[in-house]
Amino acid sequence: MAEHTGLGLAALQTAALEAIAAAADLASLDQARVRYLGKSGELTALLKQLGTLPAEERPAAGQEINQAKVAVQAAIDQRKIVLEEASLTARLAAERIDVSLPGRGRRPGGLHPVTRAMRRIERLFANAGFAVAEGPEVEDAYHNFEALNIPEHHPARAMHDTFYFDAELLLRTHTSPVQIRVMEEQAPPLKIIAPGRVYRCDSDLTHTPMFHQVEGLLVDEQVSFADLKGVLYDFLRNFFERDLELRFRPSYFPFTEPSAEVDIQCVICGGSGCRVCKQTGWLEVLGCGMVYPEVFRHVGIDPDRYLGYAFGMGVERLAMLRYGIDDIRLNFENDLRYLRQFS
Amino acid sequence: MRFSEAWLREWVNPPVDTRQLADQLSMAGLEVDAVEPAAPVFSGVRIGWVQSVAPHPDAEKLRICRVDLGEDALLQIICGAANVAEGMKVPVATVGAVLPGDFKIKKARLRGVESYGMICSAKELGLAESSDGILPLPVDAPVGEDIRDWMALDDHCIEVDLTPDRGDCLSIAGLAREVAVINRAPLATPAIQPVEAVHDQSLRVQLQAPAACPRYVCRVIRNIDPSATTPWWMQERLRRGGIRAISPVVDVTNYVLLELGQPMHGFDLAKLDGEIRVRMAVEGERIALLNGEEATLRADTLVIADAGRAVALAGIMGGAETAVGPETRDVLLESAFFAPLAVSGKARSYGLHTDSSHRFERGVDPGLQVRAIERATRLLTAIVGGEPGPVIEAISEVDLPKPRTLTLRPSRVAQVLGLALPEDTVLDILKRLGMHTEPTAEGWLVTPPSARFDLVQEVDLIADIGRIYGYDRIPVSHASSASVTGSTPEADFDLDRARLTLVDRGFHEVITYSFVSPEIQALVDPEQEVLRLANPLSAELSTMRTSLWPGLIQTARYNQARQQERVRIFESGLRFRIGTDGLTQTQGLAGLITGSPDPEQWGLTSRAADFFDLKADVEALLALTGAPGRFSFVPGTHPALHPGQTANVVCDGRAIGLLGMLHPSLAAQLDITGDAYLFELDIAPLSVGALPKHASISRFPSIRRDIAIIVDEAVTYAAIADCIRATETELLRDLVLFDLYTGKNIESGRKSLALGLILQASSQTLTDGVIEDTVRRILARLASEFGARLRD
Repeated sequence: MAEHTGLGLAALQTAALEAIAAAADLASLDQARVRYLGKSGELTALLKQLGTLPAEERPAAGQEINQAKVAVQAAIDQRKIVLEEASLTARLAAERIDVSLPGRGRRPGGLHPVTRAMRRIERLFANAGFAVAEGPEVEDAYHNFEALNIPEHHPARAMHDTFYFDAELLLRTHTSPVQIRVMEEQAPPLKIIAPGRVYRCDSDLTHTPMFHQVEGLLVDEQVSFADLKGVLYDFLRNFFERDLELRFRPSYFPFTEPSAEVDIQCVICGGSGCRVCKQTGWLEVLGCGMVYPEVFRHVGIDPDRYLGYAFGMGVERLAMLRYGIDDIRLNFENDLRYLRQFS
Repeated sequence: MRFSEAWLREWVNPPVDTRQLADQLSMAGLEVDAVEPAAPVFSGVRIGWVQSVAPHPDAEKLRICRVDLGEDALLQIICGAANVAEGMKVPVATVGAVLPGDFKIKKARLRGVESYGMICSAKELGLAESSDGILPLPVDAPVGEDIRDWMALDDHCIEVDLTPDRGDCLSIAGLAREVAVINRAPLATPAIQPVEAVHDQSLRVQLQAPAACPRYVCRVIRNIDPSATTPWWMQERLRRGGIRAISPVVDVTNYVLLELGQPMHGFDLAKLDGEIRVRMAVEGERIALLNGEEATLRADTLVIADAGRAVALAGIMGGAETAVGPETRDVLLESAFFAPLAVSGKARSYGLHTDSSHRFERGVDPGLQVRAIERATRLLTAIVGGEPGPVIEAISEVDLPKPRTLTLRPSRVAQVLGLALPEDTVLDILKRLGMHTEPTAEGWLVTPPSARFDLVQEVDLIADIGRIYGYDRIPVSHASSASVTGSTPEADFDLDRARLTLVDRGFHEVITYSFVSPEIQALVDPEQEVLRLANPLSAELSTMRTSLWPGLIQTARYNQARQQERVRIFESGLRFRIGTDGLTQTQGLAGLITGSPDPEQWGLTSRAADFFDLKADVEALLALTGAPGRFSFVPGTHPALHPGQTANVVCDGRAIGLLGMLHPSLAAQLDITGDAYLFELDIAPLSVGALPKHASISRFPSIRRDIAIIVDEAVTYAAIADCIRATETELLRDLVLFDLYTGKNIESGRKSLALGLILQASSQTLTDGVIEDTVRRILARLASEFGARLRD
């Protein structure tokens, strides 16, 4: 380049470009910028010296200096991009982590398997329009027995293994008394389920003195055993998420007639016979029937006008079949190593 | 009830196999619990006749027997049983026989003498639990015949678990009737011919409680042979029915019980004083029973008495003093009808349960007594001989159950079952069930058989029709009945949601028994009156919980003993408290934490949980009420908690929960390692009725000013926060405590709190002047209320 300025512009520009190229990081690049283009930078200083040149040289010299400044600035910008990229790359490299390390913080616990099954039962019946009702666990003999057509010396009462406080007060042996309490308080039509704890004075390998039941009750003017079959088919098939076969076996409960025990095709072996179903291919899971007229009479519902069905199931039984639990007692030991399996 | 399949098939023999028969019974409502072979698998056992018994030359206890098996040569068998004797018929396992347990019989040499088989005991054949010596067979047993064939051992014992309404099926006769109905098979009811009296000895019978015993039938049989034994076939049928053979008189009464369902009793006539009185017991009267126990009777108990004393608990158990024994020569057989209500619960009240009481409680056919005594007489005299007298029958006609007639409407059948059955189907089922029908304008008048105590209403008939028609043939209807879903108020506290909140915060739900030990109850909630079970399973499970804490503490201890140091558990359920209003049963939610609040992990310093960890969990639950501001934590006391770390959760001035540290001395007593923190909330008061309410969001920026103040340690944070909020109600959007400090640079007895004030106005950007003024007012108020000063 022809040098018009005589101010050493070419050498300065070369030195600046070298300095920029040599800048190893953004800080030294900035130093170079300040040195050449800053307020008191060397190229800036040349501009200030323009006045010392003869007037006719000034425009050309000014142009040359400006061109040099532009070139240096361009070099700086370019270098900056390179350095920023390098810096980012270095940062990214430095910030590499072991993504396989466990996440930090608290981990969720879990619901008890019986609650888990209970919620599922409640939800399925809620979908079918059943509302949840509750009743006391310390119950009187009237609601637990008499009103359900189980008079004092009935053999069915002896089968209940009842915990008593005195002659009148006891721990409910089933959730059926909630039926009575609901019918005492509300007029038909009724459509409820009653989940809760129940108690029997019995403790061995397959019995715990406390367990859970869900009772169902529907009272209306047109209700039949066929409807009862329908609601239980729907419930059990949805609960187990399988097109299970069901078997309605005639049975006896003092508060329903006709009464049935409901067996499902064994969910363990599919019905071919195994230890759990005692080689029968069937598992008994609930009891049900049409509300006995005596029960309606006890609560002042006209048995000629209304019919009803009721059903009751053991929640532990269903939970155990659903989750493969082989010992009912585990449910009340509350070993965290057990409970964690249902988180 | 347990019975022999072969015996049933003598009465009714449908073309179905054992498994199908069992299924049929189950599906008819007579649930089959078990089907077991009458005898285990064995083979090669034949009837032998012992011809000679000689001592073994080299073994004192062994005998050399020569046994006839109907072949040319006698078999030489060494036998160790003491009861083996010449002329006996015995079961012989010949060489090649396989006994139960896959025990193969081989030729053997015992102390130098060859033995070609084994003479068996009942136990070795799997016919008894234990035996004393070899099994003696009747003298007429056919020599050489296979014992399985001769004893008809290829049979099954079927166990049916009958529901209490089906007392009519507690017999071969009753079950056979059902099987015949199900299969439309002919029922071969054995004819019962009256046995003629050979003398006229009678006995006065007085029905002094005719409502309880309207029919009492008895009969004298004189001069029985006390040496006679019960024939093997009867013993076998009893055995397959789960009843042990004892003596001919007892065995025959048990046989008739199984066969016809009539409980009977035999008295030693010589020990009876004059007459039979069926009466109520005298309060305090005592009787020695057959089971060796003595009972003191109540006046509500029906007894059989003679002129002087009670000789049997009617329908339950005979007395020991008048029992038939080896020396009995004259017997009085009893066959009575006791009303179910008179017997119900009585056996149980004396700690008894017998085959007899089981049947009478459920109902015995009131028309059966004479037939049963004729049947028993014939069976008994065939075994022990003897001279039967006339049948003595005392009867109170007015007290006998009357035949019931029930109205049956076809429309009701269709309505209840959800299935319109043709009339002839209904009539056919009723007829097969032995019911008499008469058409009426509405439908029919139906008279059930006298044994069917369970049929008392129209719907009972409908159920029976459904049962015989087949529940599985009743359609499945998905017609939804009127939907009557109730809705719960939205603002109600959602316990289910609260459970999930705790789960998400790392808690595991537990379910513990509602009854606890009185010791832990007294430690945890000593001031609360409790409800105690009258018949607990054990003292450990005898006291109804008044708090959820005993269960949580026991669960924590259980898990700590199993290397689970970090415990975060909760439970919801009822607490049972006795107060001035009597018993209350209220729903609670409680939790316990101990150990580290977080699971062990990298990047977090491990520390033990403290009060404020659990408080955060409780605050999260209170937030679910929609109005957390209504709740406050007020220092409190509780016997189970650390006095300096106890808070009452208060809502509208009422304590509705507790939070605190388990008292260290209690923790030590209860074997809890480390500090444990507990909370318990009443659920009902958490429904405060708060719904979310929208308020507009300010468009103007918020600003934050931090202040650090020094106050006395006794000044609570709540007091400071309340004071600040009261001072500036309009602009203060939020208040954050971001540091709490005591120690260096703060004089002792004082503490420093660093607070962030977030200020915002709804209609303008705050100016520095307004901000400064607000902070100044707050500081001035804190200074005047608490002597607070700004930290330098």
